[in-house]
Amino acid sequence: MRRTVPLTITFIVGTGLILSVFFPPFETVGEDFSLFFDIIAVFAFFLGGGNLLRVHGTRIQKKRRDWGYSFITVAGFFLMLAAGLFKLWNPGGITADVTAPGSLFQLMYNWVFNPLGATMYALLAFYVASASYRAFRAKNSDATILLVAAFIILLGRTPLGFYATSWIPDSFSLLQIPNLAIWVMTSPNLAGQRAIMIGIALGVVSMSLRLILGVERTHLGVEE
Amino acid sequence: MKLKTLIVLSCMLLGGSVFSAAQEVTDATALTDTAAVAAPRPIADLFARDSENDHGHSLTLSWTISPDDGAGQMNVIGYELYRALSPDGEFELRGKFPFGAASYIDVGAKEKESSQYSPDHTDFYYKVRALTSDPEVFTDSEIFGPVQSYGQWFNTGRIPVLVFVIGFLTTTVILIRRARGGADLFVRRLPGIEAVDEAIGRATEMGKPILYVLGLGTAADIATIASYTILGRVAKKVAEYQTGLIVPCYDPVTMTVAQETVKTAYADAGRPDAYSEDMVYFVTQSQFAYVAAVNGTMLRERPATNIYMGKFFAESLILAETGAFAGSIQISGTDEIAQIPFFVVACDYTLIGEELYAASAYLGREPLLLGSLKAQDYAKAAVILLAIIGFLTMNFGLEGFKELFYISN
Repeated sequence: MRRTVPLTITFIVGTGLILSVFFPPFETVGEDFSLFFDIIAVFAFFLGGGNLLRVHGTRIQKKRRDWGYSFITVAGFFLMLAAGLFKLWNPGGITADVTAPGSLFQLMYNWVFNPLGATMYALLAFYVASASYRAFRAKNSDATILLVAAFIILLGRTPLGFYATSWIPDSFSLLQIPNLAIWVMTSPNLAGQRAIMIGIALGVVSMSLRLILGVERTHLGVEE
Repeated sequence: MKLKTLIVLSCMLLGGSVFSAAQEVTDATALTDTAAVAAPRPIADLFARDSENDHGHSLTLSWTISPDDGAGQMNVIGYELYRALSPDGEFELRGKFPFGAASYIDVGAKEKESSQYSPDHTDFYYKVRALTSDPEVFTDSEIFGPVQSYGQWFNTGRIPVLVFVIGFLTTTVILIRRARGGADLFVRRLPGIEAVDEAIGRATEMGKPILYVLGLGTAADIATIASYTILGRVAKKVAEYQTGLIVPCYDPVTMTVAQETVKTAYADAGRPDAYSEDMVYFVTQSQFAYVAAVNGTMLRERPATNIYMGKFFAESLILAETGAFAGSIQISGTDEIAQIPFFVVACDYTLIGEELYAASAYLGREPLLLGSLKAQDYAKAAVILLAIIGFLTMNFGLEGFKELFYISN
C-alpha cells in the first residue's frame, strides 16, 4: 500500500501530463499541477526550518564537535527571522514593507548576506585557475587537444590574438585566431554540446517512462 | 518730433516685416509638416482565421504591409489592430506593432471574468490601422470578417512527437519483455558508476563518511529524481558496509524525499537501527550559503568520497575543487551542460548527461531497468541515423525530409 499509492498517483499524473501535450483542452494541466507543488513547497519551508533547528539545536545541546558553527547558524536564523517578522528598525513600523530601506532586515541582507554570498562566488575565480592548471597539463592526447582549444579561445578573445594574426590574408581568414576561436565554439564545441543534449533528452524520456510505468522504484525503496 | 516719428515708423515697418517673415516661416513649416504626414496607403489582403492546434480563444491574422511601409512615402511607423463584434460596432484596440509587421496572433483569455476574455464561436470583425508620426494621420484597412475562434481536441502539429513517444514506448516494452525472458542485454561500461562501489569500500576502510550532494534542483527536477535512485543504491551499500553518510540538502522538499529514500534503503539493507535523521538535513536555500556550508563539512569531516548527482550551477566547481583539496574521491553527474566541464576537470569520475539517468539501471542490473536503458541506446542510434539522413538530404536539396520533423506549438 505504501508503495502502490505513490506508483498509482505517478502513473495517473504522468500519463495525464503526457496526454495534455497532445490534447489542447488539457494543456494547462501541467500548470495546475505545478500549483500543487508550490503549495506543498510552502509547507516544506516550515519543515526545512524545523529540521535546521532540530539538527543544530541537538548539536548545541550535546556540545558536539564544532557546535559553535551550529550556534552561529541558529543565532543568524533567529535574528533574521525576528528582523523580518517584527520589522525591527523598520522606518514604516510593523505595517511597512519588510524590505523597506533602513530596516534591520534590509540592512542585514545588504551588508551581511549579500557580501558573504558575493565572497563565495568570487572564490570561483581562484577555483577556475586551480582547475585550469590541472586540466591544461598536456598529460595525454585528449588533454593536449583541450589545451590547444583553450589557448585558441583565450587568445582569440584578446586584442593580442587579433594583432598576432591580422597579417593573414582574408582568403585564409579562418586561420586568424579570433575567427578560429569562433569556429571552435560554433562547430566542434556546439556539435559536442548538441550530442550531449540529445542524449540528455533521451535519458529524460527514458527515466520519465520508467517512473510512470513504475519500473523505476528505487526511490521508494523497493528492492528485488 | 519728425525724427521720433520716423524712428517709430521705421520700427513698425521693420517689426512688421519681421512679423511677416515669421508668419511666412510658420506657414512654410505647417506646409512641410502637412507634407511629411500625408495619409499612408492602407494594408491589403487582411485575413483572419482560427489559430490551429490550440484550445480556442485565439485568432491568427495576416496582411500585406502598406506600400508606404519601408517604401513609397516611407511614413508608416507602425500598425494597430482593432476588433469589433459587428462591422458597424465599436472597434477595440487589440494590439500594437512596429512597421514591417505582417501578422499577429490575437490571443484572448478563456476565463469569462477576465478583461481580456475572448469568446469562442463568436463572430469578430477586424481592421488594421497604418500609423504615421502624426497621431491624427492614419489609414484604416478594409474590415475583415466574420471570423470565429474555436478549440481543437488534438494538436496535429505534435504528431512527430507522438510517433516518437509511441515508438520509444513500444521499443522499451519489447526490450523489457526480452530482458525478462532472460536475454543478455549488453550495456556499455560506465566507469563512474562502477567506481561507486569502490568509493564506498574505500570510505569503509578509511572509517570516514560519504558525502552525497543532491544539487540545487527541486524534487520535481528529473535530474534530482535520478539522483534519488542513485542515493537509494548508495545508501543501501553504505548501510551494509556500516559507513557514515552525510546528505546536506538545498531544498526542504528534496530533503524530505531524500530522508525517506535513505531510511527505506537502510531498512532494505536490514539495518533500520543504523539510520539517523541527522544524516539527511536541510542547510539553506541560498546558493552560496549552501556552498559555504557544504565546503565547511568537507573540510571538517574530510569525507572519503564525495558524490555529486543532480542539478548544479555555478557552485559545481567550488564544491568539486574543495573536495579535491580535501583529498576525497569524487564522482559527479549532472545534466547541466555548462557544468559538465567543471566536474570533468575537478572530479575523478563524471557521469555525462544521460549517464546520470542510466546510473540507476546500471547499478541495479534489473531486467526491467536494463530493458529501458537498452531502448534508450536504440533511440540514440535512430537519432544518429536520422541526423545522417538529414545531412545528406539537406545537402542534396531535399527539404521534404526536414519537414517531416516540423513541430508546431
